[in-house]
Amino acid sequence: MAASEDAKASSLRYAFGNVIAFFILLLIGILAFSIRLFSVIKYESVIHEFDPYFNYRVTQYLTKNGIYDFWNWFDDRTWYPLGRVIGGTVYPGLTLTAGTLWWILNSLNIPLSVETVCVFTAPIFSANAAWATYLLTKEVKGTGAGLTAAVLLAMVPSYISRSVAGSYDNEAVAIFALIFTFYLYIKTLNTGSLFYATLNAIAYFYMVCSWGGYTFIINLIPMHVLLCIVTGRYSSRLYIAYAPLVVLGTLLAALVPVVGFNAVMTSEHFASFLVFIIINVVALVYYIKGILSPKMFKVAVTLVISVGLVVCVAVIAVLIALVASSPTMGWSGRSLSLLDPTYASKYIPIIASVSEHQPPTWPSYFMDINVLAFLVPAGIIACFSPLSDASSFVVLYIATSVYFSGVMVRLMLVFAPAACITSGIALSAAFDVFTRSIKFQLPGLSGNSPIDAGDTSSGSVVAQNETVKTEKKEDPGKERPSRKTEKNEDLSKERHSRKNKKKEKENVEKISVKPQEEKRLLVLPLEASVIAIFLLVLLGAFYVVHCVWAAAEAYSAPSIVLTSHSHDGLHVFDDFREAYAWLRHNTEVDDKVASWWDYGYQTTAMANRTVIVDNNTWNNTHIATVGTAMSSPEKPAWEIFNSLDVKYVLVVFGGLVGYPSDDINKFLWMVRIGGGVFPHIKEPDYLRDGQYRIDSEATPTMLNCLMYKLSYYRFVETDGKGFDRVRQTEIGKKYFKLTHFEEVFTTHHWMVRIYKLKPPKNRLRGKTKKSKAKATATTSSKRSVSRKNPWH
Amino acid sequence: MGKSATTKDAQALFHSLRSAYAATPTNLKIIDLYVMFAVVTALIQVVYMAIVGSFPFNSFLSGVLSCVGTAVLAVCLRIQVNKENKEFKDLPPERAFADFVLCNLVLHLVIMNFLG
Repeated sequence: MAASEDAKASSLRYAFGNVIAFFILLLIGILAFSIRLFSVIKYESVIHEFDPYFNYRVTQYLTKNGIYDFWNWFDDRTWYPLGRVIGGTVYPGLTLTAGTLWWILNSLNIPLSVETVCVFTAPIFSANAAWATYLLTKEVKGTGAGLTAAVLLAMVPSYISRSVAGSYDNEAVAIFALIFTFYLYIKTLNTGSLFYATLNAIAYFYMVCSWGGYTFIINLIPMHVLLCIVTGRYSSRLYIAYAPLVVLGTLLAALVPVVGFNAVMTSEHFASFLVFIIINVVALVYYIKGILSPKMFKVAVTLVISVGLVVCVAVIAVLIALVASSPTMGWSGRSLSLLDPTYASKYIPIIASVSEHQPPTWPSYFMDINVLAFLVPAGIIACFSPLSDASSFVVLYIATSVYFSGVMVRLMLVFAPAACITSGIALSAAFDVFTRSIKFQLPGLSGNSPIDAGDTSSGSVVAQNETVKTEKKEDPGKERPSRKTEKNEDLSKERHSRKNKKKEKENVEKISVKPQEEKRLLVLPLEASVIAIFLLVLLGAFYVVHCVWAAAEAYSAPSIVLTSHSHDGLHVFDDFREAYAWLRHNTEVDDKVASWWDYGYQTTAMANRTVIVDNNTWNNTHIATVGTAMSSPEKPAWEIFNSLDVKYVLVVFGGLVGYPSDDINKFLWMVRIGGGVFPHIKEPDYLRDGQYRIDSEATPTMLNCLMYKLSYYRFVETDGKGFDRVRQTEIGKKYFKLTHFEEVFTTHHWMVRIYKLKPPKNRLRGKTKKSKAKATATTSSKRSVSRKNPWH
Repeated sequence: MGKSATTKDAQALFHSLRSAYAATPTNLKIIDLYVMFAVVTALIQVVYMAIVGSFPFNSFLSGVLSCVGTAVLAVCLRIQVNKENKEFKDLPPERAFADFVLCNLVLHLVIMNFLG
């Protein structure tokens, strides 16, 4: 009778705990969603940055034309005259996800526009990512750690920065896919069920569809398997978790057109195949060890090793020859720049020039993960007690992601979930210890005898009581029956907690030191525990305040609309959209627009005009051509642009308002990239004594190049002196006329300036027939810029 | 002398392997036979590819990987069904077989898609 009452009460408490956990999870999801809405509230529901505009345009095409046209789409509005195969060069996960969401909502007769769905995809999937983190951490350490990790991930600024409402980029869904794949892998490892292995492969497929960072998964999981084998933790569950994933995963990765045969031919995947072979060998060895006697097994080992070594060496020699025959040893440029951080700056200036690919500074760690930065080491230690397969995976994950985040600031995003998981484990363990100490030492619950309190000195008794208590907390139903059978007759009508304490007391008195298999747990003094809990809550409060501030102030800028606070209120700079709208309404549909590659996606998406180069940066020579044109004097630049059929040139200029990311600041990269392909552009020509200047001390090459002229044309008319607010000097050449270009539009704050190529003159005064022939030859050859140098 | 000792050892080893394997239950032997069949089929395909060339590569990949995949899945099934395996004694063999069928379904769906 007492037993059933106890069991019912404990299962009630268990159910109550589950309901609370469910509601907490719901609140976490709502928190993750709403903390990302600052930009929508402060500005408007608009797509941010540059890359999301391309994804938005692709989603528009998908929703309008259906999936078969999307899969086979050849885009001729970009990279003129080369075009781009969209179906084969884009990671379709994000677009297909948003397209499916839009389709589902529309078939339910909820008429949301494609733009709205695109803007809000990221917050929805960040809520999903928080839930996935809960599931993953629950598999590693338990529900408490899971909830803490989930709430930390919902707010961590590093993740917010790439998934605000409006940041419609691959990482928005990719981080959710990453965490979910890891969760399913750990679940398979813990349960050994082939069903979860199948789900794991399908989740891995979703990750491959979404982001190029899937190579992290396909290298981390083999590393973990190898670690488990080497540390003697091989089990058949490991085989079930890994082997089907490799085969199914490789096939599914090869299905995605972007990856294709790279799934079996590039070095990024070789680790998985190598470990696949290793785990098969290990499984075979364990099987044979199981069916043979030890003596015979030794004989087998010696035989196999002598034969197998020869075969192994031969195979490895062949492999090394194959791999070494390619110059990059089979790795792609981006992966190589991860392994050797100096690689990109030496060989691939385009990768080096992207600001996201720079190494992070120390303060950026604190900005992006804040309090978690010093909870992570505590979490790593907590993972070691006890060390299970899942917790060793978490340790490996955080070690590798810390290294990669140190190479590229963009990969802080992969580090953030690992930091949240370990910090959740640490915080939860800390709370466990403190609340246990308090609960044990609180006078009301201490039972009606001072013996217990006095017995804190004897460690074994404390250990017993503590273990009993933890057993009670974690397995409410299990231990009770065994103890009940011994003490049933003594416990007739007492309150629930009193009853338990009395049982423990009688346990202590009658069965002095029973060997318990749980380890001895410590109890801290009451005051220290209370203060510690208070401080931990304060820590959490600091974290929350920082995250909300970061989300509101630092990461919610849409970067297509800029604001500044002046003495007469908020000033909005909407110049970009003004310029794209002008282009859209005042030019012909087939006109080509040339600009630096940063603005390509936005121009195609918003102005709907064909561009020469865009953010995909897949063709270095084409970008170098545009860079050379921007760095050359007017006439050669005109000839380059004319050979590309360009009608309009767009430059971004921030000198009037102090916008620092304009083209003059990016100009040196144009020179470097152009100089990398066309050697007549030399960077020292544009620098005076190694310094980049645009004032009166600038070199004549700099003062005559197209970028300078297009940026500062008529700039002196604004304030009479031509003071550039970004470079903080007066410009060098103030009064000049443009001979080959004419200005057609300058936005309100002079931030975007559009020029038109002047048509060639009909009559050339004073020139001989030779130059006339040269002019006609130039205008008639449209695609010869790569074959002959038209400006020599 | 060493050589004869080695050959004697090899013979003893072979003998003990054979006798130990004969003791396994029949259903596991059937699964082992299936694994052998799949691996042999994969080897035949690789030899064929070495003779006639690897175009179309996606068909070759899907053929070889389907054999390797179903072999791996059969090994997983064998692990789960083996009565000597302490970790899986709570798992009913019907559930293991159902998981095996499901995973094979997914595998072959992907294969048919990739075969081209």
